[in-house]
Amino acid sequence: MTAQTAANRPSAARSAVEAGLHSGRRDWTGMAAALVLLLTLIASLAILFVLLADVFSRALPVFTSRGLDFLGAPSSLNPEIAGVGQAIVGSIVLTIFVIVIALPIGITAAVYLEEYAGDSRFARFVNTNIRNLAGVPAIVYGLLGLAVFVTTLGAGRSLIAGGMTLAILVLPIVVITTAEALRAVPLTIREAAYGVGATRSEVVTGHVLPYAMPGILTGVVLTLARAFGETAPLIMVGAITGVFRSDPQASIADRLQGPFTALPTMVFSWAKQPQEEFRALTAAAIVVLLVVILAVNAGAILLRNRYDRRW
Amino acid sequence: MSIKLTPRTAAPPHNGVDRVTGPSMAGPAGTEPAVHVQPTGEVGPSAETLLPEADVVFELQELSCYYGSFRAVRDINLLIERNRITAIIGPSGCGKSTLLRSFNRMNDLVPSARVDGKILYHGVDLYAEGVDPVEVRRRIGMVFQKPNPFPKSIYDNVAFGPRVAGRRGNLDDLVEESLRRAALWDEVKDKLKSPGTSLSGGQQQRLCIARAIAVEPDVILMDEPCSALDPIATLKIEELMRELREKYTIVIVTHNMQQAARASDTTVFLTMGDDRAGYLVEVAPRSSCSPSRQTS
Repeated sequence: MTAQTAANRPSAARSAVEAGLHSGRRDWTGMAAALVLLLTLIASLAILFVLLADVFSRALPVFTSRGLDFLGAPSSLNPEIAGVGQAIVGSIVLTIFVIVIALPIGITAAVYLEEYAGDSRFARFVNTNIRNLAGVPAIVYGLLGLAVFVTTLGAGRSLIAGGMTLAILVLPIVVITTAEALRAVPLTIREAAYGVGATRSEVVTGHVLPYAMPGILTGVVLTLARAFGETAPLIMVGAITGVFRSDPQASIADRLQGPFTALPTMVFSWAKQPQEEFRALTAAAIVVLLVVILAVNAGAILLRNRYDRRW
Repeated sequence: MSIKLTPRTAAPPHNGVDRVTGPSMAGPAGTEPAVHVQPTGEVGPSAETLLPEADVVFELQELSCYYGSFRAVRDINLLIERNRITAIIGPSGCGKSTLLRSFNRMNDLVPSARVDGKILYHGVDLYAEGVDPVEVRRRIGMVFQKPNPFPKSIYDNVAFGPRVAGRRGNLDDLVEESLRRAALWDEVKDKLKSPGTSLSGGQQQRLCIARAIAVEPDVILMDEPCSALDPIATLKIEELMRELREKYTIVIVTHNMQQAARASDTTVFLTMGDDRAGYLVEVAPRSSCSPSRQTS
């Protein structure tokens, strides 16, 4: 008997199979669900888009008429000359405070908790509390900053108090993101390093930390973006929501102890102004804030993609 | 090689180990296992011949391993001979890996793990007070189930061990020598700077072997080193083990009967009791578990 090919099999059997495979049913519920999901997505994106478009269109005249002058000018009650110069400087200095205070403390704390503390009762207690602290509303940190830094430690309503408050605010987040990045380094890699006779510190500094660094960096950058956008705690510790004069002759130490403002508080204070012209300024300040934050987030994504590691 | 661990006080060698020879099988499961330590033909014809102490690398005395209150391995008495491949075989979950990882104190990394009994390494109890697990692991290297090269260059993978052991200066020769001994040099000599993770699975595992031998260990422990590899890569690793045996003592965990038959000189059978603790059933030379003994 010669080998049968599919083509010359009895055609009755084939048509039965064909009929079975073409059921003619349609998955109406599935299609409806997909449609609803798509509409929800479009609706939420549309709201965001409308908001952004509104802000950008209001802000556009400020940038076209004033240009870079708006970015450098100090605050003023006169909308013609008011700018975000002081606010940008304030925000940058606050971010530096966060980098200098919160990052080293947060990262070392996370290394201790993940690599050294083990599964002790103490470590579990600290871990739980750090997670709770990360969920505490920012305004509470503002109150803490007011009570501890402004009043008790006598820092006054200064950049120092603001910077310390923001650093404390993001510290738990730095610890959590770093700890997660460390935990993502597989046990097999640690075992490999221990297996050739490395000590714990050699395993941590030679392998775990370097391999976790991309994850830590991503978390850190997102943390900075969060600190950059915080408003409530800064108002609590006395960021200026009106006008103040920066003395260009003042020393850095004096300036750190002097009055300050930041981009989000500037937006807050301008939004309260009665004059119509401040609407455009508010929108322009929001655009500056958004651009900075989106740039920082984009940087985080680039970092993550560049160092993405597969085990 | 100098052993810098605590010296043993004059305890009699092989204390507590029955020396029964012959290929006889163990008693029925559940009874206290008889321990058969089989001096192979090369050692001596007499059944009563004691191994010279120099030829015993590990001596396990009533060794039990626990995770918390769970006993994973119980009352193992066993001798492991120098320059031999000893295979530990048994069903899944019977504690083969736990037993192997107790040989270089790798289980110290598991917080709840502890051992009872003794593991004498050249006569020194590895779990005695003051023994530094880091020094233990420098002498007793390990190759893991899943190839786990560091996400660094091939060169750095091999050089890491010597560096933490204090070797300074140019390690090129040592890296080449280790890769050669792991039968990997010809495949990677032109790409030593590329990441170890870019190699194939079998190559990665040989890289891990090169990394293990770069620190000049005395013993190499292998925890199912071929379970993630295809048959050809597996054969390569087995061939490699035969060559390495000239210089090192090898203890390998496997769940593959054929592999134990092909690659090992001595096979240690574990099984699991009703309490899910693994215990030793039999120690047999290769000939008794393989109908067609191969010559190497």
